Amino acid sequence: MAKTLPKTDVVIVGVGWAGGIIASELTKKGLNVVGLERGRERKTEDYYMVHDELRYSARYGLMQDLSKETVTFRSTEKIRALPMRAYGSFLIGDGLGGAGVHWNGQTFRFLPYDFKIRSMTTEKYGKNKIPADMAIQDWGITYEELEPYYDTFEKMAGIAGEENPLGGKRSNPYPIPPMKKSPAMQLFTDATKKLNLHPYMMPSANLSQDYTNPDGVSRAACQYCGYCERFGCEYGAKADPVVTVIPIAVKSGKFEIRTHSHVRRIIHSGKKATGVLYTDVTTGEEIIQPADIVVMTSYVFNNVRILLMSGVGKPYDSSTGTGVIGRNYAYQVIKGGATGFFEEKQFNNFAGAGSLGVNLDDYNGDNFDHSGLKFIHGASISVSQTGQRPISNNPAPGGTPTWGKDFKANTLKYANRAITVGGQGSSMSFKHHFLDLDPEYKDAYGDPLMRLTFDFEEQDKELAVFISGKCADILKEMGANHIDQLKELGPYEITTYQSTHNTGGAIMGSSPETSAVNTYSQMWDYDNVFVVGASSFPQNAGYNPTDTVGALAYRAAEGILKYREKGGLLV
Amino acid sequence: MANSDEPKKTNGQNIEQPSRRKFLINAGYAIGGVVVGGAVGSLFRKPNKTQQTEPAPPSGTGEETTVPKNYNRALMFFSQDQFAIANAAAERIYPADDIGPGAAALGVAFFIDHQLAGDWGFNSREYMSPPFYTGEKTQGYQGRLRRREMFEIGLQEIENYSQTQKSKKFVKLAPEEQDEVLKAFESDSVKLTTISASGFFKTLRSATIEGVYSDPLYGGNMDMNGWKMRNYPGNQMSYTDIIEKDFTKIEPSSLQDHMSAH
Repeated sequence: MAKTLPKTDVVIVGVGWAGGIIASELTKKGLNVVGLERGRERKTEDYYMVHDELRYSARYGLMQDLSKETVTFRSTEKIRALPMRAYGSFLIGDGLGGAGVHWNGQTFRFLPYDFKIRSMTTEKYGKNKIPADMAIQDWGITYEELEPYYDTFEKMAGIAGEENPLGGKRSNPYPIPPMKKSPAMQLFTDATKKLNLHPYMMPSANLSQDYTNPDGVSRAACQYCGYCERFGCEYGAKADPVVTVIPIAVKSGKFEIRTHSHVRRIIHSGKKATGVLYTDVTTGEEIIQPADIVVMTSYVFNNVRILLMSGVGKPYDSSTGTGVIGRNYAYQVIKGGATGFFEEKQFNNFAGAGSLGVNLDDYNGDNFDHSGLKFIHGASISVSQTGQRPISNNPAPGGTPTWGKDFKANTLKYANRAITVGGQGSSMSFKHHFLDLDPEYKDAYGDPLMRLTFDFEEQDKELAVFISGKCADILKEMGANHIDQLKELGPYEITTYQSTHNTGGAIMGSSPETSAVNTYSQMWDYDNVFVVGASSFPQNAGYNPTDTVGALAYRAAEGILKYREKGGLLV
Repeated sequence: MANSDEPKKTNGQNIEQPSRRKFLINAGYAIGGVVVGGAVGSLFRKPNKTQQTEPAPPSGTGEETTVPKNYNRALMFFSQDQFAIANAAAERIYPADDIGPGAAALGVAFFIDHQLAGDWGFNSREYMSPPFYTGEKTQGYQGRLRRREMFEIGLQEIENYSQTQKSKKFVKLAPEEQDEVLKAFESDSVKLTTISASGFFKTLRSATIEGVYSDPLYGGNMDMNGWKMRNYPGNQMSYTDIIEKDFTKIEPSSLQDHMSAH
């Protein structure tokens, strides 16, 4: 029999970026908030020994312990899904601050096209441009409507950047100037300008200078140490919930964080949630935390899994295309890049920051004509200097063996002579790509694992090869002596790291028939449940998701406050 | 292979040494009026405590003083025979050449031994619950064996294959013959019933790379020689001064150098 605690105004499930932002905003207005976090506490002091590639990168030190919980994967419904036993394609965060601790800090706004993709594509190219089984949807909110929330997130985090010449209109410039420009970035900038493209400095949450945000939080400038992705920042220079929004919520005296608290069910009665059930993983005790409002802010997979396990919302049925929970899982197409090898030049490839780079959007969204192309959307293209750590970065020209004498000689020679121009490709949703509960495999508490059904489609294969060609053109202009590019995109496999930008499963939209939440991230069916995060993206853009997740979290916080006053559906 | 403009050896010239004192000055400047806590706050607040301004000179670069005994050089998991096979195989994956040492001199087999003795050898942070089914390649490893079991079997199978094909112990084979044996594993032309030969080889290969390039704290990358060969500076607190500059050679520093501030 579970122990029941006194009721709180709001319970938050997962204290990362979305949970931290919402806790900070609600406690500012006097609400009492309990944050349940299944992982441990994290603080900047933890990272004194952080420049350890083996511990944090190769052994995934900050990631979820897969022995307790993972996902299962199959490429089609015809085969049996099997567990992702070790990390590969994507990494699942864990602990206070969530993936916001070990992100790179690349902070892009989505394009106006992203939010209206179905209507704009149909309008310009006709209905037949979108294949019958492609499930892309408009978000129900426009870029212009979301813009003020982007602005709020960027000021809170202290984003360094310069205006994207091909992006949506901004109400304000970035709060601080862009990062420093390395010689490789300068080379990319010069080459792409010559090609009449539109490069701009990558918007960065690694501070380019000391910064004090509107909440009064001060942080010091980035030192370009080259340890961002998969690592925590020992300076607190990288924006992270633990050094920005969470302390503000805690200072209010209204926010109680409970770590090691693994939420398993939303408790509900009629069409209202009444609280959540969680397990204290240190004691095994089951505890009910009653609340007026439940906010789901864990990672994509657990947001969707908890909804499905709780029977909250109508599960998606791929055979009929009906139902909403689990619908429109999407990913990204990352393999469409190219690597250039320079005989005459060496670069400081070992140095860098998570979001140190130059980007361009000439082949992203609908910024180029797709009339003769067999795909829609595209990718952002960038050179980024995140710090080439030596275990995971051993570039050598194609044809070099993967071990032995030539492997050693070539990888040593090119360690500081190889530059990758990367394409971060968008991912369209399809009717047969979805999330549901695995019928066989269980987590450490006996609950079913999330099952993921996904593969690359013709759309992705065409996109990847096209973008890789553009990356190779840029490297040629940059003066690379040898360039390796993608010839063909194979099937999706879960073993090679690609991107931790998984999306969908509890998507946003304008109709309860085709979406789980409205544009305040409020569930259509349960108006006191808010599901916030990349789980609400109806398809994925050619950018990193965090700026958009942050913007949606600020909007959700506003919605929760409105709901607290008036009740009912906000849209 | 290497170009003439690429300095092969550390000769003490054109080397920028960001000493701890210099770093503190730079960082102090960068911090300005902002009050900084965090992991490195103590370094900012107590610069005088740091007497040692240069990392200890790596051995082999100057006159040798007494080298302290390395107590890390003992086995936690491998038998003597297993160690010898792992050592020889790793050396073929990352051989000594005129650029610098190979896996054996870098201590890679000790690294692998130590790793197998811990979490990684037990796959303890991986999902190892049943049921086990054979899957598609795209679904990743689905075996029930843990890495330490995979290595015990794999190393024994390397030995068996050497004996049956070459009538010699693996460690006694000429380097080219050892390569032939490893290639047979890599390409799955060795048929094993218990483990995948190529899967084992892949794990051995990646563990070797890890042993060459991980912090010396773990037993490989002896004297940071893995890093030195590719001009990787290891654990540095700041590259602010060089990020806008052309390639700059920096003497490497390890996590142990970080401890000297205490």
